[in-house]
Amino acid sequence: MTATSLQWRPPIVALGFARGSIELRQFFRTRESVAFTILLPTLMLGLFGAIIEYDVIANVPFAQYFTPSMLAAGVFAASFQNLAIQIPMERDRGVHNRLAITPLHPMSYVLGKILLVLVISAFSIVIFLAVATFGYGVELPTKASSWFTASWVLILGVAACTMCGIAFSALPRTGRSAPAMVTPFALTLQIISGVFVPVDDLPAWLQQIGALFPLKWMCQGLRAAFLPENAASIEPAGSWELGRVAIVLGLWLLIGSFLAARALKWRATNSK
Amino acid sequence: MDEAVIEAKNLHKSYGGTQALIGLDLSIQRGEIFALLGPNGAGKTTTIALLTGQLAPDSGSANVLGSNPWNASPHHRAQVGVVAQAGAPFDALQVGEVLDHFATFYPEPRSVTETLELVGLSDKRHARVKTLSGGQQRRLDVALGIIGSPKVLFLDEPTTGFDPEARRAFWDLIHTLKATGTTIVLTTHYLDEVEALADRVGVLLAGELAHLATPAELTARCATQTVVRWHEPSGIKTVTTATPTALVSELSHQFGGEVPGLTISRPSLEDVYLSLVNSTEPELAGSLA
Repeated sequence: MTATSLQWRPPIVALGFARGSIELRQFFRTRESVAFTILLPTLMLGLFGAIIEYDVIANVPFAQYFTPSMLAAGVFAASFQNLAIQIPMERDRGVHNRLAITPLHPMSYVLGKILLVLVISAFSIVIFLAVATFGYGVELPTKASSWFTASWVLILGVAACTMCGIAFSALPRTGRSAPAMVTPFALTLQIISGVFVPVDDLPAWLQQIGALFPLKWMCQGLRAAFLPENAASIEPAGSWELGRVAIVLGLWLLIGSFLAARALKWRATNSK
Repeated sequence: MDEAVIEAKNLHKSYGGTQALIGLDLSIQRGEIFALLGPNGAGKTTTIALLTGQLAPDSGSANVLGSNPWNASPHHRAQVGVVAQAGAPFDALQVGEVLDHFATFYPEPRSVTETLELVGLSDKRHARVKTLSGGQQRRLDVALGIIGSPKVLFLDEPTTGFDPEARRAFWDLIHTLKATGTTIVLTTHYLDEVEALADRVGVLLAGELAHLATPAELTARCATQTVVRWHEPSGIKTVTTATPTALVSELSHQFGGEVPGLTISRPSLEDVYLSLVNSTEPELAGSLA
């Protein structure tokens, strides 16, 4: 009946930006999510900085040593934790159903989520680094190569965790159960990834489990950017292993994207 | 000019062991207002979900504007408006922001100002969605359904939570949309709504289309009985009869003129509907009578 040659198609990228803009407006109007998602690494630094005061290794004070891992935990919260909790809640509240009956392409929804995560991560990073530098005397990298390392680790890490967050969102059966599933998982992962303690202090079997997931490698890659060369001596391999960081994060980006594409079913085929 | 824009052939859908829809056949013409009537759980929402591609049928086929709704293109979705039963969950946003956002999804959207006017929310443009009353949120749902200037509009219990004035305003809106050639399918529990709006009405009972007629035909078909009521010395007496004139004439003779407290009533659509819903096998009962 309808001429296929005249078929209109929704502009995927432009609508992705429209989604991102509306997502950000909704996010910044919810004070709790702003406080807990953006300020999480800063709050963690404040807490640990107040109770612990020792050098992890010679001339590397506690705050300096843990700045990279808290940075990693911060973007992990903004990407993985945020999406793995928010998407099931949106699904429950009927947002997906409402969008699925419009011409909007699901890819625009995903682009919107990516933009949301990027902006939240950027705020989180800038606020955290400002507080760490001015409040706790953390020294920022001085070499261009270190900034380059920090940049690609953050970008690749955020990308992998965003896709994994979308993929994980298929697991909680209800929006209400999402925080109960995601929070313990994230906390455990943070502990075995060396966010709170040096990886070398963990039992070997825990180190091996932690090494399967991206967070450990994000922490390690960022330590390479923020810590002096000699700090690599307490890494499990005795070096920063940047090549392996890139490979593991890249693999998780691929696995996450593959699973995310399957996880994001707009339309429930088995419910009323 | 008769042209079916919505067609369902032998649609079946079950959830677990429950059969929600059993062999639904339906054909709706361009520009028609079609009402689906039925008690809760009769399959009204399932029908809407199948025709709007929110669900896939177990068997049978659906065709809306020449496409199968389940795997329809964005082009198709741009021509179909849906007001589902679940509301629009955008608490933190302003009414105008939600509509501006949804308007970007469509190739030829209605203007936000016009849409707000049509649903009577012009003064709520800058109000946060969470501050709206239940009826106002429902009007926002209707606004989201028509923002894309759809050719076909599906509404699942659109007037739930409306006060009488808002319901009248909604009826005006539906007549306005019909005047522009929009085909409208709506489900409702309100019979006055069916009488005021629908060109044809389908009565769904336990997953099957039990009746399909105009509202007037439906009333006439099932209203062969008239209720005659009067005062006896012993109290009020009620008789249901197919020959009311003969009965009244006899009563008049009996009372020697005026019959005290006499009322004669034809069943309303509501009575007809309730008798349909209450009789377990309405078609069978009809054919045996």
